[in-house]
Amino acid sequence: MLGLTITQWLFGILSLMAIMFALMVVFTRSPVNSVLYLVLTFFCIAGHYLLLNAQFLAVVHIVVYAGAIMVLFLFIIMLMNLNTETEQQKHIIARIISGVIGGLLLFVMVGALKGAEQINLVQSGASQIGLVKNLGNVLFHEFLFPFEVASILLLAALVGAIMIGKREPIKN
Amino acid sequence: MTAFIIYKAIMCGGVFLLCLAAAAYATLWERKFAAFLQDRKGPSRAGWGGILQPVADGVKMFMKEEIIPNVSNRSLFILGPSLFMITAVITSSVVPWAKPVMIGGQVYDMQITDINIGVIYLLGVASIGVYGIMIGGWSSNNKFALLGAVRASSQMISYEIPMGIALIALIISSGGSLSLKEIVEGQDAGFANIVWQPLGFLIFFICALAETNRAPFDLPECETELVGGYHTEYSSMKLGLYLFAEYINMFISSAVMATLYFGGYNFPFAHELYEKLGLADGSVWISVIGFGALMTKIFGFVCLFMWIRWTLPRFRYDQLMNLGWKSLLPLSLLNLVITVAVEYFRGNIKL
Repeated sequence: MLGLTITQWLFGILSLMAIMFALMVVFTRSPVNSVLYLVLTFFCIAGHYLLLNAQFLAVVHIVVYAGAIMVLFLFIIMLMNLNTETEQQKHIIARIISGVIGGLLLFVMVGALKGAEQINLVQSGASQIGLVKNLGNVLFHEFLFPFEVASILLLAALVGAIMIGKREPIKN
Repeated sequence: MTAFIIYKAIMCGGVFLLCLAAAAYATLWERKFAAFLQDRKGPSRAGWGGILQPVADGVKMFMKEEIIPNVSNRSLFILGPSLFMITAVITSSVVPWAKPVMIGGQVYDMQITDINIGVIYLLGVASIGVYGIMIGGWSSNNKFALLGAVRASSQMISYEIPMGIALIALIISSGGSLSLKEIVEGQDAGFANIVWQPLGFLIFFICALAETNRAPFDLPECETELVGGYHTEYSSMKLGLYLFAEYINMFISSAVMATLYFGGYNFPFAHELYEKLGLADGSVWISVIGFGALMTKIFGFVCLFMWIRWTLPRFRYDQLMNLGWKSLLPLSLLNLVITVAVEYFRGNIKL
């Protein structure tokens, strides 16, 4: 079909869906819908991981982002009962400033991506690095120290969250 | 290519029908079982001994008037039960139902797909399962439904953590593979995993009860406090989907427990039996007998689920959270440490 392989078709469709849902995250008015579109975007990205033969990353991406983090987001938004009526209108100056900053970010990204054509693309279909066995070997042999340091960082964040969330003992 | 697609389509359809049929008759069995425990007869009018009761229930559900609240978010209101049903069913795709069959020199796995991350896939689907309840509860625009949804999601998130850690211990002691097929095959020659993971199984079982929202963890639909919980506003078949998906969840989590901890389609002295019957590897009959063994184990677990439901009272919400975070989480960590120590002394782990 049009000289494209199935993988290329899948890549195109997934990318289109990912971009469309990502745009919907920003454009939709209701915060709950926005979160749900973000979950769909995560699923599209997990699909991309699958195309790269990184099944472990794909499933962990869903478990961590769609299954844990976005559930908590949804949880908070539902409890606060945010909706379009209560949404405050941003001041005109804030809109102009955010527009300028977004434009600058685009500028920087275009500059950074301009050099991307010099990178040699690796044939990804045959890559085995995303399989759980190879990934585990790399993480626990080659990158053991940074891996453990990252886990300590997460632990520190966890302890900090518990400290902030802890109820102060009532005096008297 | 075509033969492959046909084979996969037959597998998918077969497993889907199996889940639906098992769940339908689990509803009947639940009522019969409750009747037995309470010294009643249970449903006995539709068909011989009540055998057609699930059909009658299904027809009733479809015939009821369907009400979608005016103030609800209509599309999300419809999405909720559909999502809950989908996540309930797709878990079954990694369960190996029987030994591979050899037909015409071609080996057919009795499993929809054997991915090398099967166990994490199970956790992933379990973690998405909460969206069905949350979306349904929130979009009803009802305080009771919202409270039920919030309860369900916090409960499911809390109990996923000890469940995951119990699974890590299981994987360490069963040889380090994440594929369900390899975990089952590993239990063919040796003991079932329950021998090495008794505490891990207990933790997994309690978490499975909580994940399926079964009593004593059915706080999301606690009628004394929340009317009907997250499905208060639902009627007709949308309510039916929520109730029915619970039974599918129960069936599949029983299948997963039988597969991970009790040897799946293997059973003691299976090879002696096959030898005596003169069955070669890859024979259809071996698969049929193995499938029967798996279904027997699943039936045992389903009965256990029901027995617990009709025996134990419901937890209070703070007790539920305390049990999850202060008992099960430390216990599962302890189990992990013990497992690693045991495996080190057995010589299966090298430093």
